[in-house]
Amino acid sequence: MAENVKPRVRVPRDATAGEVIIIKTLISHPMESGQRKDGDGNLIPRSIINRFTCEFNGETVIDITLEPAISTNPYFEFQATVPETGAFEFTWYDDDGDVYTDTKEITVS
Amino acid sequence: MKKMLLTGSAVGIALAMMTAPVFADEDADLLINGEIEITVRTDAPPHMENVDTIYSGWVFRSTETQALEMDDFENPGMIFVDDAIEAWETVEGTEGKSCADCHGDPDGMAGVRATYPKWNEDAEEVRTIAMQVNGCRTEQMGAEAWKYDGGDMLNMEALLASVSRGIPVNVAIDGPAQSMWEKGKEIYYTRFGQLDLSCANCHEDNYGNYIRADHLSQGQINAFPTYRLKNAQLNGVQSRFKGCIRDTRGETFAVGSEEFIALELYVASRGNGLSVEGPSVRN
Repeated sequence: MAENVKPRVRVPRDATAGEVIIIKTLISHPMESGQRKDGDGNLIPRSIINRFTCEFNGETVIDITLEPAISTNPYFEFQATVPETGAFEFTWYDDDGDVYTDTKEITVS
Repeated sequence: MKKMLLTGSAVGIALAMMTAPVFADEDADLLINGEIEITVRTDAPPHMENVDTIYSGWVFRSTETQALEMDDFENPGMIFVDDAIEAWETVEGTEGKSCADCHGDPDGMAGVRATYPKWNEDAEEVRTIAMQVNGCRTEQMGAEAWKYDGGDMLNMEALLASVSRGIPVNVAIDGPAQSMWEKGKEIYYTRFGQLDLSCANCHEDNYGNYIRADHLSQGQINAFPTYRLKNAQLNGVQSRFKGCIRDTRGETFAVGSEEFIALELYVASRGNGLSVEGPSVRN
């Protein structure tokens, strides 16, 4: 189990209908590649976030597969068009089966 | 500044013929989160004989690296500050106390980082902020000391720096700290290693120039601890000193040694007037 895993998300609180907003996400995670060896020469097992998704009111905004070459604390920044008031749901899937989530609401005026 | 511009443009012409390099924006100003104004260039303190203007290392970094420090969400160093906030509230040791029990909110520590290293009257020694944190842990909390420049310590140093951001460094060099300061100054100007380099050879005589691919800064430590993109973690001042002396192919002093405490005091005093900036982002 990876320690100190904490998702962070930044979404504007409000927007106008159809506005393109910028979403920033970061999750603190060691992203152990599975290629490195410890002091005794034993392979350190792979432990990464392997998938990240973002949904808006149940509709997929982005769905990303992460690979071992991605460095520690993966950061994603992307754009989304907001048609209506609702909530963005963010989900990170860990190799060890853990799932981390965060939700951010946005008001469309 | 004149010297920097001249040397900078000469190097720029040479490089432009080969490739399109990412230039540092040496005239940029640093505003963090759109509200914390950071002094990245100012007049040198009177004790500096050979430098007129002092610059934060931020000035010498590429535009992209500079941008990472302008927003806490994008500053990877802030992740470690979050860890330290948890440690701040965690009760440890035989006295059943946390940092928060005595000091309250971390925001109450604003300005503390700006005055370290400083003379501690009770201990009768110059203490870096790391030594003071460990003093608290062992004497007040009855907890175990953290490893010097270890992860826990650097996280806490990052938290203490973050609440002091924008406050000018103001390290005392007179009074009881003076002998340590003079010792540090002597080390700063002493050549070490097979390459026979002193701190001053790079950071006083050649800041703004390139040493192979590296853009030399003034070696200011106002922005420590610093998150380095090359190792994706926080780095402490004295570990950086150690790396520098190693690069001269010399035998280095130990992290936490009296020599490095003296050097930290001296180098910190060379930044009197620049803002506390940590946790900063560097390459």
